[in-house]
Amino acid sequence: MATIISNSPEETLALGESWAEEAQPGWVIGLEGDLGAGKTQLVKGIARGLGITEPVTSPTFTLVSEYECGKSQLPLHHLDFYRLENDEQILTAGLEPYFSPEGITVIEWVNRWTGPLPTYYRHVTITQTGETERRIEYGA
Amino acid sequence: MRLLAIETSCDETSAAVIVNGCAVSTEISSQIKIHAEYGGVVPELATREHLRNLSPIVRKALQQAQIESADLDAIAATRGPGLPPALMVGWKAAQSMAYALDVPLMGVNHVQAHLYSPWFTGKPPVADWESFEPNLSLIVSGGHTLLVKVDAPLEHQILGSTQDDAAGECFDKIAKLLGLAYPGGPEVDRLACTGNPAAFTFARPMLNQPNDDFSFSGLKTSVRYFLKKHPELVADNTRLPDLCASAQAAIVDVLVKKTMRAAKRERVQCLTLSGGVACNSELRKQLQSACDKNDFTLRLALPDLCTDNAAMIGLLAETQISGGREFASLEMDFKPRWILGD
Repeated sequence: MATIISNSPEETLALGESWAEEAQPGWVIGLEGDLGAGKTQLVKGIARGLGITEPVTSPTFTLVSEYECGKSQLPLHHLDFYRLENDEQILTAGLEPYFSPEGITVIEWVNRWTGPLPTYYRHVTITQTGETERRIEYGA
Repeated sequence: MRLLAIETSCDETSAAVIVNGCAVSTEISSQIKIHAEYGGVVPELATREHLRNLSPIVRKALQQAQIESADLDAIAATRGPGLPPALMVGWKAAQSMAYALDVPLMGVNHVQAHLYSPWFTGKPPVADWESFEPNLSLIVSGGHTLLVKVDAPLEHQILGSTQDDAAGECFDKIAKLLGLAYPGGPEVDRLACTGNPAAFTFARPMLNQPNDDFSFSGLKTSVRYFLKKHPELVADNTRLPDLCASAQAAIVDVLVKKTMRAAKRERVQCLTLSGGVACNSELRKQLQSACDKNDFTLRLALPDLCTDNAAMIGLLAETQISGGREFASLEMDFKPRWILGD
């Protein structure tokens, strides 16, 4: 388990950007953290690191945003379980295939899912420790 | 032309019959009640409800219009953007009907239908292109926040959009932070009426940046942090109106000022407002007063057309068909991330 303190949204973005460098096809990243913790900010960083130039917007309403390959040749699937209550709803919404992506999947509010997680998985917990300071803990 | 339109991009199952530029019948099954207990749009329910609702709603729309399905000249349906499983129900049904009736199918962009909805007026709504003026259009809903310049009917370009959360999503998430019931936006509007918008000051994100983009994620975060620092405010129900009014003022202020600035720069004197958040009373009021001050015309979408509905889908489809737009081939898939469409 690694712990990083981010002092600003820019630092959170840079962290995501650095993760993109080690990204391999099939990687799933699950994010946990309250409203406003900076989950989407981290995803923006990952997208930037993957060379995706489209703006990354919140998928809360659409549940899934798919971004074409950037310079890394890896497409990014950005999911948000905020509106979903449980495993059954996630399965019925047809989101299971995103657990074994061709590219990379990042899931906000991943804690709504209690079923099995892929082997190539990183769990991230973002905690608000100050107005702009965040503790970002991640495993694997 | 007699056309049947179907809309299932999110919450609502809706069907409308358009006869020569007039939406003679519109049926909508609101799903808000079902979702209220879940605090959001639950796609499983949405899909299940769309499947159950669609046939009776289409039948009712045809009956109301006193038209048999065999009399239809075309079918139109929302092709995107939206919730993939929800979109699929309406799009596949429309494809099947077009195939069975041997009539062409028009795939409509949902956001574009909102964009032109301020030009659909009257009861029942009629496309009023005669009074069209070049305009700047603000589309605000749960999933979208866009500033669009419209030079002529069906000629438009996006000037700016949200870089993170949509304005409606910001209303809903702030409502959740304040412990309000779903859907949060209208509730914030209602409570804000008796509150003081200057009671608390929240940041106006991107207000001073020289572009037409928006950002509402940071505002949500600052409200959250503010509430964390002042738990006594959350516990005190009497301060809720002030909190709602102040947060609402921040959202509305950014929307109005950036829209007015873009309108002046683009030298248009007509503004239009559409989408679910266009029902917000403070946004309407502030935009109207800014327009009055500058001698601009403001056209608001009818309240019935601000929420999702098939009338706007059908009226736009008919306009596109008369404009010579190509029909959708029956093999075409729906497009969940179709931004605005050309």
